[in-house]
Amino acid sequence: MSELRVFTLPDVGEGLTEAEILRWHVRPGDVVRVNDMVVEIETAKASVELPCPYAGTVDELHVAEGMIVPVGSPIISIRTADSSPAASNERQSVLVGYGVRTDASVTRRARRAPDGMAAPAPVPEREDPAVGRARAKPLVRKLARDLGIDLGSVTPSGQHGEVTRADVMRASGGEATPAAISAAPSPGGHAGERISVRGVQRAMADAMVQSAFTAPHVTEWVDVDMARAMEVLSKLREHPSSANLRISPMILVAAGLVRAAVEQPIINSTWVDTPEGAHVVLHRDVNLGIAADTPRGLLVPSIKAASALGIVDLARAVQLLIETARAGRATPADLTGGTITLTNIGVFGIDGGTPILNPGQTAILAMGRILDRPWVVDGHVVARPVMQLSLSFDHRVIDGATGSRALRSIADFLGDPALALVIEAVDR
Amino acid sequence: MSDGIRAGAAIQLLSPEGERVSNTHYDISLGDAELRDLYRDMVLVRRIDTEATALQRQGELGLWASSLGQEAAQVGSARCLRPGDFAFPTYREHGVTWSRGIKPLEFLAMFRGVTNGGWDPIERGCAIYTIVIGNQALHGAGYAMGIQLDDSDDAVIAYFGDGATDEGDVNEAFVFGSVFNAPVVFFCQNNQWAISQPRERRSRAPIHERAAGFGFPGVLVDGNDILAVMAVTREALDRARTGGGPTLVEAYTYRMAAHTTSDDPTRYRRAEELEIWRLRDPIERLKVFLARQGIADRHYFDQIEQEADELAVHVRDGVRSMPEPEATSMFDHVYAESHTLLEEQRRHLHEYEASFVPGGSA
Repeated sequence: MSELRVFTLPDVGEGLTEAEILRWHVRPGDVVRVNDMVVEIETAKASVELPCPYAGTVDELHVAEGMIVPVGSPIISIRTADSSPAASNERQSVLVGYGVRTDASVTRRARRAPDGMAAPAPVPEREDPAVGRARAKPLVRKLARDLGIDLGSVTPSGQHGEVTRADVMRASGGEATPAAISAAPSPGGHAGERISVRGVQRAMADAMVQSAFTAPHVTEWVDVDMARAMEVLSKLREHPSSANLRISPMILVAAGLVRAAVEQPIINSTWVDTPEGAHVVLHRDVNLGIAADTPRGLLVPSIKAASALGIVDLARAVQLLIETARAGRATPADLTGGTITLTNIGVFGIDGGTPILNPGQTAILAMGRILDRPWVVDGHVVARPVMQLSLSFDHRVIDGATGSRALRSIADFLGDPALALVIEAVDR
Repeated sequence: MSDGIRAGAAIQLLSPEGERVSNTHYDISLGDAELRDLYRDMVLVRRIDTEATALQRQGELGLWASSLGQEAAQVGSARCLRPGDFAFPTYREHGVTWSRGIKPLEFLAMFRGVTNGGWDPIERGCAIYTIVIGNQALHGAGYAMGIQLDDSDDAVIAYFGDGATDEGDVNEAFVFGSVFNAPVVFFCQNNQWAISQPRERRSRAPIHERAAGFGFPGVLVDGNDILAVMAVTREALDRARTGGGPTLVEAYTYRMAAHTTSDDPTRYRRAEELEIWRLRDPIERLKVFLARQGIADRHYFDQIEQEADELAVHVRDGVRSMPEPEATSMFDHVYAESHTLLEEQRRHLHEYEASFVPGGSA
């Protein structure tokens, strides 16, 4: 009937490896109950008394006072009166803290926990959350309330069965969109007007997010005296070759940008990530994208192989491209394949900015308005038509020196386009 | 210690001698059965605590943080919560978890190292034990802000100790709770000791007075007086529910045991201090009150003692036979999705575990 139980030295302090037996409170033959203090030990952290885990008679003390023994060592044996369920049920191991492995320390047996416990004084049951309300974050619940959506009627798509913001938006008939997100938590507790983001705006948003958070942008500015460029333009307008054509400063800026892209092919390139690593593709053609403000929103159709075109042909191509885009007839081919972009913010009465690259391109030029400004010519302040150029480029591909040279080249061209074209003709 | 002056200023409805004390602002009226339940809860929680300490000393728990002496502060405050409210405990709030209906084996399992939590916080309206000091005050403030978005009249109680008030998290929680006027009760059990550091070596200002600097009320209550704790907490929760914002409750109490089982308080505090606080025991004073008022008799007290003994056996047997989780399960919740390195580590541990003789001692 009786059974011999061995109490091994536990780790009483989170990672202790040994302890000194200071004083035994019992001797062989003594009767002990569960939790009677049988021994005082000293560890690196504390002096503590150990309560006996078994009831019975002390059979043997395995360690003398003053001895230091490792965690897991048998220290006392108790002959129990009977093999109670508790005794037969328990495991013999101690909770060894960290890596102590002794002969007595490790067993692995999983047991089932018994049911049936004393309970606290009754508390009202908490409502089953699955029944009481749908699972959702507070902000999502508020959004649903603002939109008049019953969360319980929304099909949850969250990882743990929770209703997400997107689910609520879908249920409200809208799309889960950035515009909706910014509109929802408006002050005053009521949602303002919600504008669905789709189509061209959606494409723009996706492209801009992709570009802005992938390519490290650098933007540089330069002011250009456009006096000579304006003279060339007015002469060009008089010329029969440009009949029925709109000859705007944009034509010259476009020509300048295309020339710079030919001179510095690196600004007319694409960064490509592959599993093997990244590389840069230099494009053979300069496909000049022109940002166009259309009734549908921002579109960037491109003129393919623009470097092959003379000024007048370029003007014609630009005009056709923009008219087609504004009429809503731009083809997918028109809208793709651009390698570099020009955007005219001068038409909005703006001088400069920090344009965001079209994804897959490494440079974008913004032209500002042309405005008479004080300009120093030969030591005298005179009024000159001045325009600002803003060039953004991808610094993964284009370093500051290269980007600056490209922008300077465009500025120099615009400063005296006739001279530049003459020199070009001579070079050919 | 200068706590004589402080204790005098604390709200008290039951003196250490078990005499009912009147207070012009705070009062509470409880039925006899309710009073007996409070006594029973405190006795059972203390017994679980005693048994858990013994189990740790026998190698059955990796660690234990004793709640000895703080039963009134914990049971009294948690008893004021409604089912929809939410409690954020530290690792010492066994009286709180018990009062939220969480079973002892559920809150002991983490200390045996067989679970990372022990219960579903949403089901129980009580977060799992937080080991990081003061962290749960921020969780509480955030949850309370969520309640505001719900337009609900639920409330939050966030527990922490006097030591945690020295940390950034608790002060940040005060800021958020205050400026958002969140329905949260910050419940500080000032048990006088931050492990081995006494209160007076950490702050010159009484804890509850700090609330003024954050713009909400602070109340000092005798934390060993369960009636006063309930009266004060109830008012604070009502304020939270009705848009009054946070309250800081400083429950003035004492950590009668070591900080945890890894600590030896005899190395840094004197036995006389313990004797002073033993006279202020929260259970004894309620027992005297119940007996003197004829609300409970010897038979009742004996019955509760017996129930406590049985509970202790349940706890002991239950802890010793808790199923051990697969060692490799530790990898399950580290990342949302597994990855190569994790799989490699899982495989390595699996092979290591498999190298042991199954079922027996090596």
